[in-house]
Amino acid sequence: MQLDLKTMDFKPKRQTFSHLARRFGEDRAASRYEEATYDIQADVHFHYRPTWAPEFEIFDTARTQIKMDDWYKLTDPRQYYYAVYNINRSKMNEAAERNFDFIENANLLANTSPDWMTKLKTFLVPLRHYEWGANTVNAGITAYGYGTALTQATCFAMGDRLGLAQLLSRIGLALNNNDPEVLDAGREAWVNDDMWQGLRKLVEDTMVIEDWFEAFVAQNVAMDAIVHGVAYDSLVHEGAAEGGSVAVMMCEFINDWRKEYTRWADSIIKTAAAESDDNKTVLQGWVNTYAERAEQAMRPVAEYVAASHGDDIVQAARTNLDGRMAKAGLS
Amino acid sequence: MSNVSITLQNTDEARSIINAIVSDNPKAEIQQFPAMVKIDCPDRLSINRETVEANIGRDWDVQEIHLSLISLSGNIDEDDDAFVLAWN
Repeated sequence: MQLDLKTMDFKPKRQTFSHLARRFGEDRAASRYEEATYDIQADVHFHYRPTWAPEFEIFDTARTQIKMDDWYKLTDPRQYYYAVYNINRSKMNEAAERNFDFIENANLLANTSPDWMTKLKTFLVPLRHYEWGANTVNAGITAYGYGTALTQATCFAMGDRLGLAQLLSRIGLALNNNDPEVLDAGREAWVNDDMWQGLRKLVEDTMVIEDWFEAFVAQNVAMDAIVHGVAYDSLVHEGAAEGGSVAVMMCEFINDWRKEYTRWADSIIKTAAAESDDNKTVLQGWVNTYAERAEQAMRPVAEYVAASHGDDIVQAARTNLDGRMAKAGLS
Repeated sequence: MSNVSITLQNTDEARSIINAIVSDNPKAEIQQFPAMVKIDCPDRLSINRETVEANIGRDWDVQEIHLSLISLSGNIDEDDDAFVLAWN
């Protein structure tokens, strides 16, 4: 008996969802990110305007000065959708946990001078309130922003910022033999210490910016570049001579995260700036305004930690931001 | 002139690699099969890390190609930045 094997080639009727095929102009297989992103934003059939802002629809592109032909151009170069985002952050968190275990087991903090310990606690712990502010700002952008491409990424940013606040609390506890008194002292400093009032005012002002794209530029581009640049590129390294390098290791998560976060933020600026000269002018104005305010706010902190060259540290963070913005197409 | 060829699985991950191949090798010809994609290209075909990274949205190690690879023909020249098929 002879068996003939015959192959049959079944063509699927469609490669992807019709709304994606319409967008691509062809029926091709879409990536998970594309499926989870494009044209998800609700934009029709709103029966009533919101009573709290009747001049707008519930989701309205007019809530910002920035104009885009297609809001889905603001895609995330990291292509984060829920699963990828969580897997990635969980990996980063495992690495951070190992660092903390290692620091504890090897008793690395024993070599750190008491003076530097005090400085670390004084400038790192209150920054958790800055991160919480950033969480709130990104929540606002997610609520009022338009286009899932951007708002899903800002929603992940909310999680990131809450995570950073927790990490900073964790660092504070590690520096203080797990005594939570350090967190109370940090809050007390954030609310009452003159050194922090500039930054606190800036954080609180940013929470009530009505134009959500302005809030995005203020928080995720300008303020982060200066505050994070000063704190994690420079200040944590200041204690190296006093056995303080261990602080750099504790902040490794933050610096890994910053690399990809800035890549995303810069790409949003680049896309929005490339859309029109009007956008470019508006974006440039926002970057300058908030970067200058952040510089002023961080100067007392930098001077407290690094004394006379605190000013150079702030300047270096600004130069770095200007370089990034030039690459993104702003002058 | 003879073709080099590479066959990859038709998965979400491999599609990013395939897109990178298509944009870097204009002469590449794609054949779609139910579970795999065969790509033929005259003389030389290169898979560049940077292009794949832009497509896949994360850091990509050239060695990761083996997770998607079914078959290939051609002499291989690989380093940290590219995976190149050609006939010596």
